[in-house]
Amino acid sequence: MESCNCIEPQWPAEELLMKYQYISDFFIALAYFSIPLELIYFVKKSSVFPYRWVLVQFGAFIVLCGATHLINLWTFSMHSRTVAVVMTISKVLTAVVSCATALMLVHIIPDLLSVKTRELFLKNKAAELDREMGLIRTQEETGRHVRMLTHEIRSTLDRHTILKTTLVELGRTLALEECALWMPTRTGLELQLSYTLRQQNPVGYTVPIQLPVINQVFSSNRAMKISPNSPVARIRPIAGKYMPGEVVAVRVPLLHLSNFQINDWPELSTRRYALMVLMLPSDSARQWHVHELELVEVVADQVAVALSHAAILEESMRARDLLMEQNVALDHARREAETAIRARNDFLAVMNHEMRTPMHAIIALSSLLQETELTPEQRLMVETILKSSNLLVTLINDVLDLSRLEDGSLQLDLGTFNLHAVFWEVLNLIKPVASVKKLHVTLNLAQDLPECVIGDEKRLMQTTLNVVGNAVKFSKEGSISITAFVAKSESLRDCRAPDFFPVTSDDHFYLRVQVKDSGQGINPQEIPKLFTKFAQTQTLATRNSSGSGLGLAICKRFVNLMEGHIWIESEGLGKGCTVIFIVKLRIPERSNESKSPLLPKANHGQSSFPGLKVLVLDDNGVSRMVTQGLLVHLGCDVTAVSSSDECLHMVSQEHKVLFIDVCMPDGFEAAVRLHEKFTKHHERPLIVALAGNTDKVTKENCMRVGMDGVILKPVSVDKMRSVLSDLLEHWVLFDAM
Amino acid sequence: MDLLSQLRGQIADFSAFLHREGFVDDQFTQLQKLRDESSPGFVVEVVSLFFEDCEKLVNNMAKALEQQIVDFKQVDSHVHQLKGSSSSIGAARIHNVCIAFKTCCEDQNRDGCVRCLQQVNHECIQLKNNLQTLFKLEQQIVAAGGSIPAMQ
Repeated sequence: MESCNCIEPQWPAEELLMKYQYISDFFIALAYFSIPLELIYFVKKSSVFPYRWVLVQFGAFIVLCGATHLINLWTFSMHSRTVAVVMTISKVLTAVVSCATALMLVHIIPDLLSVKTRELFLKNKAAELDREMGLIRTQEETGRHVRMLTHEIRSTLDRHTILKTTLVELGRTLALEECALWMPTRTGLELQLSYTLRQQNPVGYTVPIQLPVINQVFSSNRAMKISPNSPVARIRPIAGKYMPGEVVAVRVPLLHLSNFQINDWPELSTRRYALMVLMLPSDSARQWHVHELELVEVVADQVAVALSHAAILEESMRARDLLMEQNVALDHARREAETAIRARNDFLAVMNHEMRTPMHAIIALSSLLQETELTPEQRLMVETILKSSNLLVTLINDVLDLSRLEDGSLQLDLGTFNLHAVFWEVLNLIKPVASVKKLHVTLNLAQDLPECVIGDEKRLMQTTLNVVGNAVKFSKEGSISITAFVAKSESLRDCRAPDFFPVTSDDHFYLRVQVKDSGQGINPQEIPKLFTKFAQTQTLATRNSSGSGLGLAICKRFVNLMEGHIWIESEGLGKGCTVIFIVKLRIPERSNESKSPLLPKANHGQSSFPGLKVLVLDDNGVSRMVTQGLLVHLGCDVTAVSSSDECLHMVSQEHKVLFIDVCMPDGFEAAVRLHEKFTKHHERPLIVALAGNTDKVTKENCMRVGMDGVILKPVSVDKMRSVLSDLLEHWVLFDAM
Repeated sequence: MDLLSQLRGQIADFSAFLHREGFVDDQFTQLQKLRDESSPGFVVEVVSLFFEDCEKLVNNMAKALEQQIVDFKQVDSHVHQLKGSSSSIGAARIHNVCIAFKTCCEDQNRDGCVRCLQQVNHECIQLKNNLQTLFKLEQQIVAAGGSIPAMQ
């Protein structure tokens, strides 16, 4: 054998041991090669691995170790020098790397160990944070509950709902076993169990308010823990062996309601509290936490506020309901009143119409009857009928007027009229009655009283007539004086109305009329009553007075309409009385004065007979003069003669009327001779006899000699006037007695 | 009260008095109505005439009654005249006396007539005085510037 560079192994190759070594080496190399592969694989998989450099180092180390063991496989048998060299190199490298790695590990291992510690620490921390997070969440939940509770409480204004909601929500939020509310009673000496959570209808347990535990709770606004055995907490029947849960009580201030009169609330005068008791479930070992107590306090305050709101609202609702009721009642009353007024007006209108229709017939037919041929007695009867009907119509009008006056719907009929004539007419109307009672009536019109004025003639006359009529009615004897004059400002102030301030101006003046009578007088205390409708004073009532008592009331209203005032002065019973009224009248404008002043209205036809030629035959000088004066006053052209011869001598066709005094011896003779003189009817004057009496003989004589009429002496101016009117209208005088 | 109202009041009272006592009646008032601007003194005239007449008649009647044999017819006619006159002016009392007088005449009662005549005379004088007072008051009113009040 040549000397090959082969290297002999160290020791002889024992077959079995060498086999085992061979296999082990093989496997070691395999393992050593696969470890880095695994490492690479797993490192590649994880994204975070801070020590790559170490890994590389370790990988190199492992690979070299594997290589070494692999190469060792060839060293078991004869191997060449090359293999030995490679083996050596690899071993050297392996040594280097493994030393380096060993050195490196010294640094790295503590680091790796500390990582583990940090990890543990962080885990603990995380657990702690989790716990705290849980707690906070709970608290927030509780806060949400409170807000919701408050919202619930505030959203209703019904007392019961408020309290019930409070208890329910509290029970739910805090998971209570029982929740109860004790309210002070009306007397304030006890607390009564008013609301509970679990029991539907709490029986009225009461506890005296002066218990120490209650005082303790009331003295502070905090929620306090109380013993479960205290009377306020022993609400539910104790179920034997169970440990009752903790109990908390808090005061609920009830606001001062002194202004409110709420019926079913307990009487509250001073600061009062209700007691709210909350019980945790028994056997739960739960404790009251601070936050829960705070929650309870907040709720208690909110409840107090909500309850006061509810009280206010209830009160205002009640007031509003009351007002609505009153409104309805008032409306109803008003409608009823309107209906009543309308009904009354309708009634009056209908009645008036109904009454007027027959009255109209009576008056119309009586007037017609008056125009026909009647005997004197019949004429008298017809006139009386007419007068009575007119009075009745006046009364009907009065009633209608009064109702219209009260409604305020009456208006004055303004017109131009003769003021003097009004008074004269009143005088004429009242004269018959007065003369029957032997009362003397005087009329005194001031010189400066205007004749032509503008006002309501009819109503002024009605008023004056009423006043004068009363004067006549209530005077049994004596005299009545009517005075009318323009009221000056001093006398205006004299009148008894303190609130009457008349102001005169250019086109207005105030007419003052005073009617003084010497009758029975009036008690001054009863004067105010006189002007009220339908009221009669004692003295008047006993006097059997006719009249509905409307008269003065109507006068007062008319006078008021005419912007005036009416009052009565009397010094007492038996001393007569004076009725004074002032009314406002307008003076017509200057341009109207050029018109001839209105003539006083006469009952029939003309009121003056200018130029009427009349002859008067009377042998008594005085008589003749009086008759002449009368006719001259009426505007006639009078010739007076004292004997029938003279009469026949003077008479002519121009004379329209001849008055003969038949008391003179040849009165009738004159008439006869006149007839002979004037044969044709239309040529001779009308012959009227002036007779001293009206017995049948005289009348027959007059008729016999063909007189056209007979007048009873003494003749008044008006009588003469009406006689002449009649004569000239009808050419014959029916009756002038 | 001023003078005018005072006078007016006086006149009113006086007239009322006259009427009440029956010295004058409505006819007198009628007469007073006839007084106007055209004949302001009408009443005075008539009244004066009446009193003249009255005096004349009374004298005549007195003379007639003094006769031995009384001519009652004449007296009657005088009375008739007086009655007419007095009724014309409204001298009520005189008128009433005249009526009584007439009855006496018809009865031909001389003593009665004499008595009536005396009464007539008495009444005439009284009335004259009264009316004079009245006219004086009226004059005063006119002088004071007022209007003579009308009376009923």
